[in-house]
Amino acid sequence: MSTQTREPSQPAPIDRLTVTERARNSDAGRGRLARGLMLAVALLYVLALLLAPLGGIIFYGLKSGLGAIGRTFSLPDVRHAFYLTFVIMLVTVAVTTAFGVVVALLLARDRFPGKRLVSALVNLPLAVSPVIVGLMAVLLFGRSGWFESFIAARGIQIIFALPSMILVTIFISIPFVVREVVPVLEELGMEEEQAAWTLGASRLQTFFRVTLPNIRWGLLYGIALSTARAIGEVGAVLIVSGLLQGRTETATLYILRAFDQFQEQQAYIVALTLAAFSILLLIGIETFKRKRTREAS
Amino acid sequence: MAQATIERETKRPSGRVRRRPGAALGPWPLRGVALLYLGLFILLPVAAILQRGFGNGLMNLRDAMTSLGAWNAIRLTLVTAALTAIINGVLGTLLAYVLVRIRFPGRDLLSAVVDLPFAVPTLVAGLMLVALYGPNSTLGGWLEHHGIHIIFAPLGILLALLFVTLPLVVRSVQPVLLELDPAEEEAARVLGAGGWTTFRKVVFPALRPAIAGGALLAFSRSLGEFGAIVIVAGNIPNKTLTAPVFISQLINPTNYGGSGGPDQAAAVSALLFGLSFVLVLLTEKLVSSPSKGSES
Repeated sequence: MSTQTREPSQPAPIDRLTVTERARNSDAGRGRLARGLMLAVALLYVLALLLAPLGGIIFYGLKSGLGAIGRTFSLPDVRHAFYLTFVIMLVTVAVTTAFGVVVALLLARDRFPGKRLVSALVNLPLAVSPVIVGLMAVLLFGRSGWFESFIAARGIQIIFALPSMILVTIFISIPFVVREVVPVLEELGMEEEQAAWTLGASRLQTFFRVTLPNIRWGLLYGIALSTARAIGEVGAVLIVSGLLQGRTETATLYILRAFDQFQEQQAYIVALTLAAFSILLLIGIETFKRKRTREAS
Repeated sequence: MAQATIERETKRPSGRVRRRPGAALGPWPLRGVALLYLGLFILLPVAAILQRGFGNGLMNLRDAMTSLGAWNAIRLTLVTAALTAIINGVLGTLLAYVLVRIRFPGRDLLSAVVDLPFAVPTLVAGLMLVALYGPNSTLGGWLEHHGIHIIFAPLGILLALLFVTLPLVVRSVQPVLLELDPAEEEAARVLGAGGWTTFRKVVFPALRPAIAGGALLAFSRSLGEFGAIVIVAGNIPNKTLTAPVFISQLINPTNYGGSGGPDQAAAVSALLFGLSFVLVLLTEKLVSSPSKGSES
């Protein structure tokens, strides 16, 4: 509608304007009003729903002052919680990246019966409640679980320990890399790979020299989303961790306990740290997304 | 053409599979690794929950439903999830439209802020709401004084779900809107259609599958959300206890002082899981069908 008004219109006397032209002009005015209104509603919604709470936690997190922040980070429980979150994130991202690319190659390049089902399987973790994911791990490895005797015979601790916490986080983070890489691969086509292959490159050479550089921004975008999810996971980890304070407590579980024990200040400070990190991730996410879109087009 | 040839080659009954350049590993190692990964990490746990949930008959489900307040928890979850899907379906579409069709300073920033819920841990999102609207905060105290309860009330659950699911709708609608030629809208307007008519008759029909897909995604995500809700809701049985939090209490009664046990938890979970899975399939169908139509 704005293109209509921007066009240089003939200076005509008002009475010579046709009916449709007059309607169009008044419509352009109304259109501008409608656009302004839509913009206002959209901005207001984002401001109230997303930014106000962010402002709230920044305010209440910093209100306690630097002393309280220093004290919180000197607590052994807090340090261990961050360490555990870091380890879980590292393993999760490594596994979901490596296998995610393999699954993406399969979905984008291969043809086989039941491909839709595999695609649905990849997206399944997005829809399953994290709590149910935790329960799945309990049913597999916990008391009277499927693998209980197998594990007990070997003396491995899986449930109420780090392995199960990593396993559930992997389950939840599986979709991100796959979902971001598949469209890029599909867009890319196979010409370059075929060329490399024809010129005598091996499969692995083709992958590392041709495919990987071409999908890197999409892959990084998926990795960033995966990282965010791995750091923020709480429901599944809560179920399998057994809530052993200072032993199986991640940063998010620490926040939960601190809040329940009315140590809100510490909860706010740890949460603010995670929020700050996630905003760094968000900057990465936006950058990778823009580069990926440019790459795909 | 090339695709079709490849397909015929792999399907040749001779069993000899041609090496294809696309696959970094050969087709069979690739398939093997991918399917083993998905089988072990996704299929196996899913099988466990279905076996335990439905294996012992539906007695556990009935137990949980009748005596433990599961029905109230599920109803609260369904109602808040539906409201979330509707509200974000409308406002998320509006946001996508604003981001694609209106040029204004700070558009990239707004686009980045919309992704904030993807990056922020859900539990932190919940804590943010408590910081802002909690009874100890200035704004929360003022609202409480005027009879508006947000924290430890259903309204807080709704806000948390709206926060978490907003980008799902926007990111589902945005790419379709980008593909949509603005010339169609202009043509409608030149032919005398008003802004609202143009949207209703031209834009909306093209966006409908994407909006429905995004709203369904928001709905299924809301059904399972735990982190954002657990702090905000206060988890008062029969009042602000949602199904995921209820399940977590059933699994480990000592965690939050609930009753019941893993069997009841598995039964309720299997029910919720079945619902989520149907929703995933439905969304997949909605989102994938229009793009296929445009390709052919």
